[in-house]
Amino acid sequence: MRDEDGRLSGAKSASDGTERLDQSFATVLRDWPVDRVRELIDSRTDADVECALRSPHFAPDCLAALLSPAAFGHLERMAQASARLTRQRFGRVIQFYVPLYVSNYCINSCLYCGFNCRNTVPRQALSVEDAVREAHFLSSEGFQHLLLVAGEDPVNVPVAYFEQLVSALHDRFASINIEIYPMDVDDYARLVNAGIDSLTLYQETYDPELYAQVHPTGPKRDFRFRLEGVERGARAGVTFLGIGSLLGLGDWRVESFYVGLHARYLQQRCWRQHVSVSFPRIQPAAGAFEPPCPVSDADFAQIICALRLQLPDAGLVLSTRESARLRDNLLPMGITRLSAGSRTTPGGYSEESDAEGQFEVQDHRSLADVMNSVRSMGFDPVCKDWDASYHA
Amino acid sequence: MNKLVIAGREFNSRLFIGTGKFGANSVMRQAAEAAHCELVTVALRRVDLRRGAPEDPLISHLDPEKVLIVPNTSGARNAEEAIRIARIARAGGGFDWVKLEVTPDHNHLLPDPIETLKAAETLVKDGFNVLPYINADPVLARRLEEVGTVAVMPLGAPIGTNRGLRMRDMIEIIIEQARVPVVVDAGLGMPSHAAEAIEMGADAVLVNTAIATAADPVRMASAFALAVQAAELACDAGAREESRTAQASSPLTGFLWEEGEAEG
Repeated sequence: MRDEDGRLSGAKSASDGTERLDQSFATVLRDWPVDRVRELIDSRTDADVECALRSPHFAPDCLAALLSPAAFGHLERMAQASARLTRQRFGRVIQFYVPLYVSNYCINSCLYCGFNCRNTVPRQALSVEDAVREAHFLSSEGFQHLLLVAGEDPVNVPVAYFEQLVSALHDRFASINIEIYPMDVDDYARLVNAGIDSLTLYQETYDPELYAQVHPTGPKRDFRFRLEGVERGARAGVTFLGIGSLLGLGDWRVESFYVGLHARYLQQRCWRQHVSVSFPRIQPAAGAFEPPCPVSDADFAQIICALRLQLPDAGLVLSTRESARLRDNLLPMGITRLSAGSRTTPGGYSEESDAEGQFEVQDHRSLADVMNSVRSMGFDPVCKDWDASYHA
Repeated sequence: MNKLVIAGREFNSRLFIGTGKFGANSVMRQAAEAAHCELVTVALRRVDLRRGAPEDPLISHLDPEKVLIVPNTSGARNAEEAIRIARIARAGGGFDWVKLEVTPDHNHLLPDPIETLKAAETLVKDGFNVLPYINADPVLARRLEEVGTVAVMPLGAPIGTNRGLRMRDMIEIIIEQARVPVVVDAGLGMPSHAAEAIEMGADAVLVNTAIATAADPVRMASAFALAVQAAELACDAGAREESRTAQASSPLTGFLWEEGEAEG
């Protein structure tokens, strides 16, 4: 809501100065404690799954049914329905993006992440000039949707850094996305003015207790500030919102339920924004974090189908964390966006970098190779599906 | 039916095709050819104008001699964005027709009537031939006609749903009132839906999802073209109005005119 001066209202500061929204998904989450979600999922039966498969509307019960153990026997049917729905809503088009890591310094100590500040690994932060050079290389490769990624590194890559970098790249890319630390509305607005249109912010886990365990120190400990990040971004004028839960941390059924609920909430409250969901699954990283709740490939497929069937219009994103074989096979089921040729180390595109990557890339194919593979499956690989001039 | 004319340009086909959602640009081209389509819409967000429009992978698949390429403003959330995109299309690609889409709602892609009207007014003044995508709102259609759009494009059903002429009653009013061509856009899922629209009096139809996502898009494009032609032919052949009661071919009063055997 904007007040008479056109300022964004509905945001206030907590005692420590952090911005809090009056109304947000945090309120919804209070009604859905983990135990309630787990019980709802576990009590779903075959009949509930049948019912969910027939229902064209979102309902927490249906989402729970499609994510439940009872749905496992219906996976092929779910996949077929999910594929049909995706073709109807998105056609035979797959959009491509590429991540650009600008810094792996980080002041957080997330147990699962290669950038954990307690890991003694080679660190690197790109200067604006170096980051622009990397981006130009990616642009010459054919990429037009760019995702800027960084650890929480307020020293090397503060908001002003991204402001400068995005301004420098705005003319060269159709769309610029950021996957960095959450900010307050004013800072997001600065980046929107500079030229971002998309914001990706994974909650990692929607279970506050687990969240506290895996984020022992650093500003990321603030569960709610992160949770409300995409809504602050929307208030600041970001068009595309991306959410996700880090698969492998908590029970995937419970986490995916929360992701679906969050996406649905955003679609209703931020109706001018487009919502997409990513499925980052924990891969080996420095510090050798073993995922406490591993997600199998079959589980992975069930998550994609369940979310597609309940959220027909959500973008579903698959990164190079997954293998070429799995990506090719999951693609027709409901995926709408892929990355390709990714390097997860800062400076990794234009030079051999010693710096630590955020995760191990599993699909090493080039953009051209992935595009060819997509074509051979009867899909149109699209590198441009937005235009910087929308927000000139 | 008289030949379809929009903004002084004649069209031999009443089937227009949207170019999104196809699995390959070559398939899109074949579908447009199979349908003898003379107007296609292209989302500007998909087009790369930096190297010039003819170099763009999508545009380069279309023959501008045979088909009018009309950029759309898909993705615009307000009048300002739509106007900017249309101007960029003209500056970068020489396009002076525009399909105006202002769809702030990313999920159902329903058009914003207020922003659409605002944008139409400005773009008409700019000299564009404006084809506005609208909900099936007869008053809005009139307002757009007043500001000078060259056609109106009411939706038949929510976009991509293949549900046919769900807005039938409102579209009938739009057709009855319109002084510009009415193009039914969005929601037409089967050739019979397209035929129904033409039979109702629509001047043309625009189809994308039903063709692009069919198992065989090229044959589906032919099927739509045939349906549209059949409906045109039926209109020319003088279709009779439907009636709620049966019209007996041997009416009750028939005996009066028969040379029957008189009794007694």
